[in-house]
Amino acid sequence: MESLLNVDGFMFAAAVTIALKLALVVVFFFTVPLGVGYMEHKGLAHMQDRLGPMEAGPHGTLQLVADGIKFLQKEDIVPAAADRWVYKLAPAVAMLPAMFILVTIPLGPGLFAENLDAGIFFALAISSVSVIGVLMGAWSSANKFSLMGGLRAAAQLIAYELPLVLGAAAVVLQVGSLSLVDIVEAQADFQLFDTIRIWFFLPHFVGLGLFYVASLAELNRPPFDMPIADSELIFGHMTEYTGLRYAFFMLTEYAGMVVLSALTAILFLGGWYPWPGFDFSIVPFGVAGAAVVGFAATIGKILALTFIMIWLRATFPRLREDQLQRMSWLVMIPLALLNIVVVAIIKVVA
Amino acid sequence: MTDTLPRTGATVMPGGPAEGMLIEVRDGDLSTQDMNLNIGPQHPATHGVLRVVVDLDGEKIVRATPVIGYMHRGFEKLAEARDYRQIMALVNRHDWLSAFCNEIGVAIAVERMMGLEVPERAEWIRVIMAEWNRVLNHLMFVASFGLELGAITPVFFAFREREDIQHLMESATGGRLHFSYTRVGGLKEDLPRGFLAASAQMTKTIRVRVDEYRDLLTGNEIFQARTKGVGVLPPDVAIDFGVTGPTLHATGVPEDARVTEPYGVYGQLDVPVPTYTSGDSYDRFMVLLERIDASCHIIDQALGRITAGPINQKLPKVVKAPEGEIYVRTENPLGQCGYYLVSDGKKNPWRLKMRTPSFSNVQMVPYLLEGALLSDMIAVLGSVFFVVGDVDR
Repeated sequence: MESLLNVDGFMFAAAVTIALKLALVVVFFFTVPLGVGYMEHKGLAHMQDRLGPMEAGPHGTLQLVADGIKFLQKEDIVPAAADRWVYKLAPAVAMLPAMFILVTIPLGPGLFAENLDAGIFFALAISSVSVIGVLMGAWSSANKFSLMGGLRAAAQLIAYELPLVLGAAAVVLQVGSLSLVDIVEAQADFQLFDTIRIWFFLPHFVGLGLFYVASLAELNRPPFDMPIADSELIFGHMTEYTGLRYAFFMLTEYAGMVVLSALTAILFLGGWYPWPGFDFSIVPFGVAGAAVVGFAATIGKILALTFIMIWLRATFPRLREDQLQRMSWLVMIPLALLNIVVVAIIKVVA
Repeated sequence: MTDTLPRTGATVMPGGPAEGMLIEVRDGDLSTQDMNLNIGPQHPATHGVLRVVVDLDGEKIVRATPVIGYMHRGFEKLAEARDYRQIMALVNRHDWLSAFCNEIGVAIAVERMMGLEVPERAEWIRVIMAEWNRVLNHLMFVASFGLELGAITPVFFAFREREDIQHLMESATGGRLHFSYTRVGGLKEDLPRGFLAASAQMTKTIRVRVDEYRDLLTGNEIFQARTKGVGVLPPDVAIDFGVTGPTLHATGVPEDARVTEPYGVYGQLDVPVPTYTSGDSYDRFMVLLERIDASCHIIDQALGRITAGPINQKLPKVVKAPEGEIYVRTENPLGQCGYYLVSDGKKNPWRLKMRTPSFSNVQMVPYLLEGALLSDMIAVLGSVFFVVGDVDR
């Protein structure tokens, strides 16, 4: 499938295409996470019997914009003992991978920047780069709390990258392609036992569970937020950061939520299809209409998945680091391997 | 400090990873050093300004030393320059979460020295207020314990209930935190109209809400994994350290001053003392929840038996305790609070020694933390109930 964003037919078409794609990726990166952040403010508040932000904008909708402006005005403090360059670079290293992943993510039919043949591989590989930024920030802060947070984050990444990748690998095995667009298209036609049209969440329910739990751990979201455990480690690797650099770390977290929810939606929940086997040719206004409907479906799924993350945050206490490791190595990874074996056998036999 | 490995010359690092993983240390090849970490006095987990200096081997605590005194305000010395009416406002403040319970301790000490009889209505009101204060205090610790384990919702629920109870107590006393409602020989003033009915309604509400906390926290598997078997306190050690209150009850010792040495009208009431057996963080938390129910039970009894009548003794303008000394202990929300009052017959005490429960409870922190993980430190500190002002005084 070709990207709708490819423009053609005049002199600087290639340059315009790239500029257009870049602009859309950046706009998406800076707006949707804010929406999720607002949902977190309000969702948590209502679950906890309070109102949440009410002052900035109607019903507090502009709270995060106000926060952003506030962060902009804050002094950028670098601790005296910090490794200055590494310290300053760390938020960018943590943030950029989340933006790069967006390049491959299809949000609607034809609505993606680049359909990489190795899409899922690229997305998962680059999402792990983010932890380097966390480690850089942790190490260079010259703060023991930061350091412990960074080490916890690294240990957590190693433990949870495996179930994440293995959960996705089972889907890839079934589809026979690493391209995210192909995976979505495969789900549109997939029929369980050749009768029921259903997305992969049913046949791959084990993979879905593993992938979602592992992505929570990878994002340091509760109940797996040990690296930033505020009652133990102050704020983990972000302890010393102020102002805009701190805001970048926070934006990374919310962008990560969006990106990994999008991947979950694409791998298991049929991507841009509102329901299995939806015929996009019935949508008026041709490809543009189809793109809009697809985009709405994807965003809806992303918001639903991030809402569950918020819900979990309101419900669960935090696990302990050793309990988390035990859960990964003794339960999730064996389960993920078993899942792959079962999928492979079914693929070969059926 | 070191054991010998089966292999010659190799030593075992004590306090290495828990499950028998051995780190070989040959001289000069590999040496690891414990990290020294100052947790507090400004740290989100130590509610207040307790400072704990821990030596860490990885995430494991080798040694923990609580450093107290950041909030020393010299209450015992201040009391020597105040008359008894003023002391009521002073003892409010050493344990700010149990203000009313502190007040009645001092009042009872002075009344016993003077041989005063407190009017019956005042005694019943004191019981009701003291138990409401206990519920307030316990709600606070239920909330903060959840928060420290990373569960952010209970704190908002508990503060909703706290707000309601504070409104109730404010209607009678005029204060939300420092009530200053007790006077020697009785109370400041009578209850406002509708207080008793509102109290009866509130005990019903609180019972329902406590069940909500049970649903939210104690049944949660992560909560259990974080607290069961963590910070286990044997009963004999607890008694040696002078630990009292819910922390002691969790070890299975049902010592409660309201039962063993009743003061006021507690002797006429059925006072349930919930106890558990294992003495870990989970049991301490469960005791706390059940004590909220128990307090509601006591309030209901008191509401049924309160009589009309005066609420104060006629006393001279300046109250003077006769020459002598007395020790009075009361069951405060966090444990037993004792006042040792020595008077030389003047309007101020010659000496007022406070024995506060938080101080004794904090003594146990090094014992409980040794060998625990850093994350367990939070579960332990949150469940060895203390208020830093009550430690430092």
